[in-house]
Amino acid sequence: MRGNLSVILKRELASYFATPVAYVFIVIFLLMAGAFTFYLGNFYEREIADLQPFFQFHPWLYLFLVPAIGMRLWAEERKYGTIELLLTLPITAGEAVLAKFLAAWLFVGLALVLTFPIWLTVNLLGNPDNGVVLTGYLGSWLMAGGFLAISACLSAVTRNQVVAFILSVVVCFGFLLSGLPMILDAFRGWLPQAVVDAIANLSFLSHFNSISRGVIDARDLVYFLLVIGFWLVANRIVIEIKKAQ
Amino acid sequence: MIEAKKLTRRYGDFTAVDRLSFTVESGTVLGFLGPNGAGKSTTMKMLTGFLPPSSGTARIHGHDIIENSLAARRLVGYLPEGAPLYGELPVKRFMDFIAGARGFRGAEAERRIDQALERLQLDEVRNQTIETLSKGFKRRVGLAQAIISDPPVLILDEPTDGLDPNQKQQVRRLIREMSEGKIIIISTHILEEVDALCSRAMIIARGRLLADDTPASLLARSRYARAVSLACDDQQVAASALSELVEAGEVEIRRGLITAFPSGKGDLFQAVSTLARERGWRVSRLQLEAGRLDDVFRTITGESHSEKAA
Repeated sequence: MRGNLSVILKRELASYFATPVAYVFIVIFLLMAGAFTFYLGNFYEREIADLQPFFQFHPWLYLFLVPAIGMRLWAEERKYGTIELLLTLPITAGEAVLAKFLAAWLFVGLALVLTFPIWLTVNLLGNPDNGVVLTGYLGSWLMAGGFLAISACLSAVTRNQVVAFILSVVVCFGFLLSGLPMILDAFRGWLPQAVVDAIANLSFLSHFNSISRGVIDARDLVYFLLVIGFWLVANRIVIEIKKAQ
Repeated sequence: MIEAKKLTRRYGDFTAVDRLSFTVESGTVLGFLGPNGAGKSTTMKMLTGFLPPSSGTARIHGHDIIENSLAARRLVGYLPEGAPLYGELPVKRFMDFIAGARGFRGAEAERRIDQALERLQLDEVRNQTIETLSKGFKRRVGLAQAIISDPPVLILDEPTDGLDPNQKQQVRRLIREMSEGKIIIISTHILEEVDALCSRAMIIARGRLLADDTPASLLARSRYARAVSLACDDQQVAASALSELVEAGEVEIRRGLITAFPSGKGDLFQAVSTLARERGWRVSRLQLEAGRLDDVFRTITGESHSEKAA
């Protein structure tokens, strides 16, 4: 099982770096993360030695960049027929789903690690609480995993990457903002309050915000892991249903 | 041995494969022959564990394709239709992946990759990106990945489709070389391929098995089997003379060639050549026909000649 996972994972990563996908993603991610932090986040003007201006824009960055990574995961396999090659090897579909997700998640993690100059900067300029910075990174990575699991599942729905991208952005947007009135009002009229509260609790934003402030609550960690798990199981099911087409 | 029992696959209301049962022994090169959409690929997808059957099942050397899918898949090398590959990878990197997924590690993996690349003459392109290769090379990479584990069963979906005549020959030679002691199933709609490669042919149409025989026996079913064709100067006269022979049944003229079909009495070829000599026809061509597979194919799959001509 472990062997199979790492074999698929390595193949996936090799493909990222064999195409411009990896480089374009990393460069754009770093540029935009920097631009948001300095121009919109007023990194300097705040005169506070933390990375809050950096992390607070991650949900919005991920909203578009993570579906861009996730859209190819299965749509491309289906379009080129390689899914038939992959799923007739002596590996299980579950292993394939997990390994492809992990490869993409590690890749996003790599992009995140490459933002380290901003961490160096803040340490140079002041004395930030590096524990908070670390949980910020952890929370950001977990949230990226949530977006990615959604995108991976939806990319199995279609063989068209553009459709996969749009679907993923829409669903990710819903998850991101499910705590806001805009989404909740749509449910309030016809669902019991308990369900509406549950939907409000699904919001990526509220869970991410508490982690990125340095508050590690097991519930937030479990929340993201559950979201990832749920969408990966759904991914596995979608593949089973869709592979005949 | 492969045993398929009432293998069935439905897509909604459409039945792509309809209760297909057959067994294949080791050492057989079996050709799935049928028009497009006959269910050949779907059958292969079920045998390789890609698609679950709607009902029925199959066993590959005793391993059930549903209950024991992984064990069955380990015994099968598969070339899917169109030979899909991860085009962005170099050949060697792609083979690393296949070897790894087939459970080979380290030196053993390297040895097997080298062997497969050598066998398919891919050494010169081992570091080249797959999508930059020609179609013939890509197909060979597809075959190389199928044989890397030296599996006892090879399932090749249209292995020569889209290749030029030289490449076709090359792929056929490879398949013949590999067939010793294995089960090889190929699908094709090229009739000559069945004749050239297969020790057994199954004609499938609309998901049903219509004929299952050796290519030679299938050929014998052709109405052209043992017919005699000749080309000579005065066709009408010759044709009417031929039709009076006891040995001849029907006589037809197509594209300047008169063909007399045997009536089953006596030796038609002898009779025709004697008649031609006696009447002093100037014969430019006289031949004993072997069966025509396309004729058998059309008869069995129920397409009329006129449809095919149009």
